Amino acid sequence: MGQAAETLASVPAGDCFHCGLPVPAGTHFSALVDGAPRALCCHGCEAVAQAIVAAGLGDYYRHRTTPSRRAEELVPEQLRSLELYDRAELQRGLVRDAGGVVREASLILEGITCAACVWLNERHVGALPGVLGFRVNYSTHRAQLRWDDARIGLGEVLKAIAAIGYTAHPFDPGRQEALQKQERARALRRLAVAGLGAMQVMMLAFSLYAGDWYGMDEGLRHFFRWVSLSITVPVIAYSGWPFIASAWRDARLGRLGMDMPITLAIVIATVASGWHTWRGEHEVYYDSVTMFVFLLLAGRFLEMNARHRAAQVSEELVRMLPATATRLDAAGCESVVAVAELAPGDRVRVRPGEAVPADGTVLEGASSVDESLLSGESLPRAKARGDALVGGSVNVESPLLMRVERVGAETTLSAIVRLLDRAQSEKPRIATLADRIAGGFVAAQLAIAAAVGAWWWLNEPERAFAIVLAILVVTCPCALGLATPAAITAATGSLTRAGLLSTRGHALERLARATHVVFDKTGTLSHGRLRLVEVWPVAGLGRDDCLELAAALERGSEHPVGRALLDAAQGRLAAFDVRNTPGVGIVGVVGGRRLRVGKPAPDEASPASDDTALWVVLRDERDAPLAWFQLADQLRADARATVAALEALGLEVWLLSGDRPQAVARVAAELGIRHAAGGLLPEGKLERLRALQAGGAVVAMVGDGVNDAPVLAAASVSVAMGSGTQLAQASADMVLLAPQMGTLVQGVRTARKTLAIIRENLGWSLLYNLLALPLTVAGWVTPWMSAIGMSLSSLLVVGNALRLRGGSRRR
Amino acid sequence: MEILYLLIPMAIVIMGIAVWAFVWSVKTGQFDDLEGPAHRILMDDDDPRIPRQDASLKPRER
Repeated sequence: MGQAAETLASVPAGDCFHCGLPVPAGTHFSALVDGAPRALCCHGCEAVAQAIVAAGLGDYYRHRTTPSRRAEELVPEQLRSLELYDRAELQRGLVRDAGGVVREASLILEGITCAACVWLNERHVGALPGVLGFRVNYSTHRAQLRWDDARIGLGEVLKAIAAIGYTAHPFDPGRQEALQKQERARALRRLAVAGLGAMQVMMLAFSLYAGDWYGMDEGLRHFFRWVSLSITVPVIAYSGWPFIASAWRDARLGRLGMDMPITLAIVIATVASGWHTWRGEHEVYYDSVTMFVFLLLAGRFLEMNARHRAAQVSEELVRMLPATATRLDAAGCESVVAVAELAPGDRVRVRPGEAVPADGTVLEGASSVDESLLSGESLPRAKARGDALVGGSVNVESPLLMRVERVGAETTLSAIVRLLDRAQSEKPRIATLADRIAGGFVAAQLAIAAAVGAWWWLNEPERAFAIVLAILVVTCPCALGLATPAAITAATGSLTRAGLLSTRGHALERLARATHVVFDKTGTLSHGRLRLVEVWPVAGLGRDDCLELAAALERGSEHPVGRALLDAAQGRLAAFDVRNTPGVGIVGVVGGRRLRVGKPAPDEASPASDDTALWVVLRDERDAPLAWFQLADQLRADARATVAALEALGLEVWLLSGDRPQAVARVAAELGIRHAAGGLLPEGKLERLRALQAGGAVVAMVGDGVNDAPVLAAASVSVAMGSGTQLAQASADMVLLAPQMGTLVQGVRTARKTLAIIRENLGWSLLYNLLALPLTVAGWVTPWMSAIGMSLSSLLVVGNALRLRGGSRRR
Repeated sequence: MEILYLLIPMAIVIMGIAVWAFVWSVKTGQFDDLEGPAHRILMDDDDPRIPRQDASLKPRER
């Protein structure tokens, strides 16, 4: 119980018990967990917490180590779309037949934050009748599902997962995934062979060193060297192959990469040791060689894991277009088809809550459509007959019938993706620069070794070889090569745990050097969701009464306006005879009066001159206004604190948005951002960004919308919000998965600390080289001394880097 | 000390077995999820409040 109390207390009072976000003032959501009522922040979290407790899985809250993801309330339409997965035509490619009525599918699970989530899902889904097996992989957030198709449908399982606050998508584990798995298995094998080999050789080498000291039978010594040779050669050939292959590739292209001296040291040391073994001489370096290979492989393995993880995350998130569409045939009959089967000219029905499957025009109906992902516009846009619809935008209000005009590669969405590809292709130049610098270092090292070798060859030929080897080993960029990756890997790991995922190797370094932070408004500093700002009663009613009346009409509405009113109201009243007429509003009877909520007439003046807000009017029977509601996009709770903290770190904060200039100016003033510009198209943002960069700024861009994607790619380092658009995440250098923006500040701090540690490490390896090189050149250092020196230096560097990991484990 | 001439080749054979065992475990997916099982063992599965299916329908685990 002591542990339970401690874990339960980990969500501070005043925050949502389920997701840990602040509970908005004036709301009263709660659930009975562990015998006490717990405050919750929204309908979604409430429903999920109650479902978890009702299933007898309340222990989840005891075991979890991080708060859950905020539960989005699933609208009935979304639940219905999950049922579509029961259809055979949709299951094609996603579901495997495992004999008889048994089916298998792979699922991507969204919302897994800690190990307790895995437990919760496995328990909950495993208990469904008809589910034969459900196993979640905690590292990859993928699940394997086996079920009996005669007793349960895939759609039902997906709904059960949605009920406890997670989202599951069936997916086709494609080629890329198979390749990654193969690469990982190969790397693991190489690592194991090198590790086991290094252990054996080290054991023998230790005896040989001891033998040098205490004396040893010459025959045994000889035997030990031969055994070491027979272990080392296969280890080098198998485990060291990636280095040798890469160096050979570089050599053929006439380049000098970091793998070149590694390979030279490995090959020369092995060949020389082999030669000495043949001649029965003492100097053998098998231990250094195998250990060296093992350490290098371990570093690369860690780096590969981080890379794969990042690739998986982005792969999951490129799924903005829906998988299915409702097509109408000539007779007007509806059928559900895969989006890939749509052709220009098709008529498609888009229900409220559904995404528009392709570009087209409205044939019938009037509704508003949320295009915030594409245009950055935070308020839904009205669409009527003849208006253009963009694929990927979301229909909010009422059903629309559209004619498909462009599909596949011709859609706006794909055009943005192509723009993004081009912007990304500009990047690698910086990466090659780093390679060239490394090449310079290696060239200098080889030149020194050759020159010193030549001098000794002329003066004392018998010592020349040992000295050249000692130089190669002592100046081996091992510490140098480990200095950066070890620090970056450690920091990346600790940040990933905190909820900031790096998808590129250079992300941390750039973030540390950043001088400017550019925010995009929609969905970045704000939730991209409407919030009630103010109620303006005009007919003598109280503010709260007006709000309750309007909320009663809006209950059941999926429109952002309705959601905002509902969130703010207590929901005491009920409305009857409610009808929703697009363009007019919602009419219904509340407390015996026929009322109407809707948009103001075009010529009506709002009570306050704030054209950044969205206005809604509540009217009585005679159409006279009772109250005005002022709604605006909701800012993230900790946005202001984050901006202040970033400025305290010496960063200049900018706000560049596609939103209307007035809205942007207001947000900037509210958050204390001094530099802000609104009404920018993607090209405009790109231009501003380039102007900043031309002035010498290193720009970190925090973005969200798809329209930001090219801008994100052009920024020195880009951060995408995890709750936001999926495409942007695919291209961003970092993804903020944590719901708190403060993690960004932690990211900058960790990145700077990482850079400091990298500098310390590089400084140390430089100092070590400067000290060791003259001694070695003078012939005072034997190869075994240089091997120990190099190993100690590497250990010091890695140990220093691992300090980054400890730092953020304290939570 | 002559025994070493036998012991060391034996050590190499054991190393070979270790490598084979490791390759086998990689192939059978023992390394696919390095974090999950460590946490999974700490979670209580035997709480009587957790609804269960019949023993015959228990999730078949790989």
